[in-house]
Amino acid sequence: MWDFVVDRREQLLINAWNHAYLVILAVLFATVIAVVLAVVVTRLPKVEPVANAVSAAGLTIPSFALIGLLLPVTGLGDVTALVAVTFYAVLPILRNAIVGLQGVEPGLVESARGMGMSEPMTLLRIKLPLAWPVILSGIRVSLQMSMGVAAIAAYVLGPGLGAWIFQGLTQVGGKNAVNYALSATIGIVLLALILDLALLLVGRLTTSKGVRV
Amino acid sequence: MTTMESTDKQQHTVSGAEITLDGVSKIYRGQQAPAVDNISLTVPAGEIVMFVGPSGCGKTTTLKMINRLIEPTSGTISIGGENIRAKKVDELRRTIGYVIQGGSLFPHMSVAKNISIVPKLLGWNTSRVKDRVDELLDLVGLDAAKYRDRYPRELSGGQQQRVGVARGLAADPPVILMDEPFGAVDPITRQRLQDELLSIQRELHKTIVCVTHDIDEAIKLGDRVLILQEGAHVAQYDTPEVVLSSPANDFAQDFVGAGSSLKRLSLARIADLELKTPTTAKVGDSTAQVRSRAEANGDGSVIVLDDRNRPLGWPWLRQLTGEKIVQPSGDLINLDSRATLNDALDTMLVSGHGGAVVTGDRDAYLGVIDFKTVTDFIEEMQREAETETKAAPAAGSDEHPASRISIAPTDEELDGGREG
Ligand SMILES: Nc1ncnc2c1ncn2[C@@H]1O[C@H](COP(=O)(O)OP(=O)(O)OP(=O)(O)O)[C@@H](O)[C@H]1O
Ligand SMILES: [Mg+2]
Repeated sequence: MWDFVVDRREQLLINAWNHAYLVILAVLFATVIAVVLAVVVTRLPKVEPVANAVSAAGLTIPSFALIGLLLPVTGLGDVTALVAVTFYAVLPILRNAIVGLQGVEPGLVESARGMGMSEPMTLLRIKLPLAWPVILSGIRVSLQMSMGVAAIAAYVLGPGLGAWIFQGLTQVGGKNAVNYALSATIGIVLLALILDLALLLVGRLTTSKGVRV
Repeated sequence: MTTMESTDKQQHTVSGAEITLDGVSKIYRGQQAPAVDNISLTVPAGEIVMFVGPSGCGKTTTLKMINRLIEPTSGTISIGGENIRAKKVDELRRTIGYVIQGGSLFPHMSVAKNISIVPKLLGWNTSRVKDRVDELLDLVGLDAAKYRDRYPRELSGGQQQRVGVARGLAADPPVILMDEPFGAVDPITRQRLQDELLSIQRELHKTIVCVTHDIDEAIKLGDRVLILQEGAHVAQYDTPEVVLSSPANDFAQDFVGAGSSLKRLSLARIADLELKTPTTAKVGDSTAQVRSRAEANGDGSVIVLDDRNRPLGWPWLRQLTGEKIVQPSGDLINLDSRATLNDALDTMLVSGHGGAVVTGDRDAYLGVIDFKTVTDFIEEMQREAETETKAAPAAGSDEHPASRISIAPTDEELDGGREG
């Protein structure tokens, strides 16, 4: 297998890079979407149970099914992969963002308003920074999950390491079938570890010393 | 009782503004009975008014209507003659300090950041904000260099509360609203914080509205006390002296409660008594010289002051070792001159010197109050009360001799001070 990897290292690196790129982009979009949704949801108490149900149920939709649903809309290719990965990535972040925002002590929000901070200012400077550690752990879960979803998304000819896994699967019994599948899988695991470390670092840099655990 | 009148209420320039409530009511959505029912009230500029009353009587609701955290259902509120609805709500709030229980500091911001929020909202420049933060930390008795960069969780409860007060004062607002500000700290710390508030107020003369459920706190801190009953109906609104001596109705009487004659002890301030002036020393003074000065005065201990005249410790002579006086270890509990005799007795009981160090503005040393001075004063009060009783028979009697000061005369002995 070593020779296999060495022979194809360039392709492997390109795939890994694409895979990481897809996941990072999807998680970034997902974070923005989830936080915006969470802000809306926490302001409308009636919507909140709905949002929680959706984010729980959403995770049970098989990714192949979702991709199947997306295909007629976005066609084969990168966009479909990105949309699918983003969809799943939103769910854990949304759940944590709701919990995090609700966990902000009402007294603090009242203090902020009482001091003359406007509502958006209170959100940006009090609520989100305080909810951030919880949101961040949602992002970590989301990132790990997205690594796997992105592999499946390669089915729609999206970028990434998933392509090799499928190649391996379609060639079962063939000379390099195991090599393809295994090297891509190991690549995904390694990538997941690296990105998780990077996220930890980002977390440390973006979390106030006063609320760090 | 003229002896109880504080002597240190000098005329200062008042920086506070008058607050008036005119027929203000609040009915919460979905409720029948109003939480606040048609209250009219004037809080004079530069005074501390304490709202006190049983739980759920509408204190917080009334308070929060002043900074529009709650909008009244009807009635008008003005500050300094201007209707509070005339300004944008956020602008209004930036001119009103707001301090709530525990300080409510933002945990993700340093002490300095917490304090500088409103000044920054008002567009002060960086250096002015920085100076202001240091000034305020100093005012509330915290060493700026040591504390400004700390996070709230690195402070004790009392320190957090101090920062909370500093934050309320940050932009020098004419009006400050406080909701049970000292509810979350232990009794000794609470007493210190109360003393500090009085000391700050002596300097600043803000208009302060402060909610409490503790009648003792209300009597100690208030220039006026507002006793509220269910629905924020005013049971009595008067000076602590009058509230104690002639409750307006049964409700006020019950609320002021048992031992009210004794509570009048807490009307007497340390400032009304004569202070002793034992030997003092500055950090860095020669120990030998200090020792001989103390011996000449007949003192067994000396009070060590820092370069700004703030007391640091009260060591016995035998504890003075080394060539120069150093900063004594341990924490000195001192009393503000506005502290009450109740507080003085409490502090003395833990001091071990049979006395307590008294401080004035910015914790500057004033002298020492000793046990005998206080007990003499109590005896004198008692005699005075007796003569008053003979002149005008008491309106009622307190059946509860229980009190938190074991050495003080019992209620029966003191009772009759109430003017009939
Ligand atoms: N947001 C609200 N919605 C509905 N009712 C409320 C609300 N806030 C307070 N109340 C009711 O209004 C009344 C007055 O409440 P308020 O908080 O002003 O009391 P309080 O005097 O501050 O009491 P405490 O000493 O317990 O703090 C209470 O009966 C309370 O149940
Ligand atoms: Mg209250």
